[in-house]
Amino acid sequence: MQTTTCVTVQNVSFWYGSNQALFDINMTIPQHAVTAFIGPSGCGKSTFLRCLNRMNDRIDGSKMMGKIELSGQDIRDRSVSVEALRRTVGMVFQKPVPFPMSIYDNVAFGPRTHQLARGRALDELVEKCLIDAALWDEVKDKLKSSAMALSGGQQQRLCIARTLSVSPDVILMDEPCSALDPNSTHRIEELITRLKNEYTVIIVTHNLQQAKRISDMTGFFLRGELVEFGSSETVFGTPARKETDDYINGRFG
Amino acid sequence: MTSLASTPVLFQRRVLNALFQALCGICAIIAIAVLGYVLWFLFRQGITYFKPSFFTRLPDNVNPALGGIKHSILGSVNILGIALSISIPIGILSGIYQAESNGKLCQIVRFLTDVLNGIPSIVVGLFIYAIWILPYAQKHPGQGYSGIAGGAALGIMMIPLVMRTTDEMLHLVPQSLWDASLALGTPRWRTMLFVVLPSARNGIVTGIMLALARVAGETAPLLFTVLGNEFLGPITGPVDALPLRLYKYATSSDPVQNAMAWSTALTLILIILILSILARFLTRAGKRS
Repeated sequence: MQTTTCVTVQNVSFWYGSNQALFDINMTIPQHAVTAFIGPSGCGKSTFLRCLNRMNDRIDGSKMMGKIELSGQDIRDRSVSVEALRRTVGMVFQKPVPFPMSIYDNVAFGPRTHQLARGRALDELVEKCLIDAALWDEVKDKLKSSAMALSGGQQQRLCIARTLSVSPDVILMDEPCSALDPNSTHRIEELITRLKNEYTVIIVTHNLQQAKRISDMTGFFLRGELVEFGSSETVFGTPARKETDDYINGRFG
Repeated sequence: MTSLASTPVLFQRRVLNALFQALCGICAIIAIAVLGYVLWFLFRQGITYFKPSFFTRLPDNVNPALGGIKHSILGSVNILGIALSISIPIGILSGIYQAESNGKLCQIVRFLTDVLNGIPSIVVGLFIYAIWILPYAQKHPGQGYSGIAGGAALGIMMIPLVMRTTDEMLHLVPQSLWDASLALGTPRWRTMLFVVLPSARNGIVTGIMLALARVAGETAPLLFTVLGNEFLGPITGPVDALPLRLYKYATSSDPVQNAMAWSTALTLILIILILSILARFLTRAGKRS
């Protein structure tokens, strides 16, 4: 498989105050592929994910060491604007969080912020994002109604459409299906598989079957350390470390 | 298998449950009953002169029964309008400051606004009198009292209330909403203005209405600032207000004007009620769209 590197992570450690949450993480994440992070609760996988778009910046007393490069550029460089970084590295959260406005305005919010489109072009952009997020057919007749009235699964797809609206390169997903029923989960998984043609997807999940089904690369986190990182085939088929084997076979965690 | 029969312990719990449920119910009824009794009493006393001419006429000290409170209603509405236009921008912006910063200065500001909140309303009136009306009257004898000064006094009283409500309502907005907006690369100010503030809007509007209702009945700060007036005057001079009219009619020696005091009180209560219903209606309509 011919791959290009998208994100390079070198010696990343992270602290919440005096409490170290990540220990010396190193990895290279390939472009246009789905990379999954698995591991028990509190192992640091979500913290690591939030380092990639600097969402941890807002947390008082947190500290990060090491280097994260996106397409060769240090994301913590002085010249990098955090707004531009987050536009390039989008994020979908565990609980769907629609903004308290109409479906249309939810998707149009990002493009309006970054002044990407207006008028007819904005209409087309919103439509395209909703189609890409597999939501268009369900909402095309009620774009002006409140996003709060959608079901949980629809809200999560709306959040994905909203993330796509600012044309990111990378999409981070923090357990995007854990609040959804199996049917909605299935639709989101299909969506993720389709998204990787255009985007680099990095997903944190508690669902091992899900990681196995949809991911190309898998990283296993334990107590803040990256125990194993490699192709999903290897990690789930012939793991190199005993801890990984124990975890994926349900012997702990 | 465990027996399904009732035991003494279960019976005791049922009795206690019924007892406390009844207690809660009774206390709720007492609280409502007091309010109901006040409203009913006010209605019965005030309805005598509560008719259209009462709202379209000025006080008539020769034939009190032909008098009205038109100028008091207009005065109160104007004064409250001024109070709102002072307290809403200052209150909301400083509320945002409180919610978003956590330095030492912020704690000092919070403490001082609590102090401001606790200042008796008559002192606020006296303050406006001392720094505004008295110096003006010394330069321009016979002038000084004005509806604008009264609005400023009530506005000062509303600022800490609006500020505290804004602060509290912003804290109720979940962090996840902040994250969702920031993760799109939205700057902090835009997130606040278009995502967070709209989510907190209903609570803030309700808080402003409550603050308005509280100051609408204030009499003390108006005594020193708007003075009161038997006629319809411009807002830049002495004007009348409903609480002042209520006081004047209630202490009048004329029994008709005494009865009109009740009608004035009823009017004041109804205006506050209408404002509250309007606020509810507006916020609900906004939510649907």
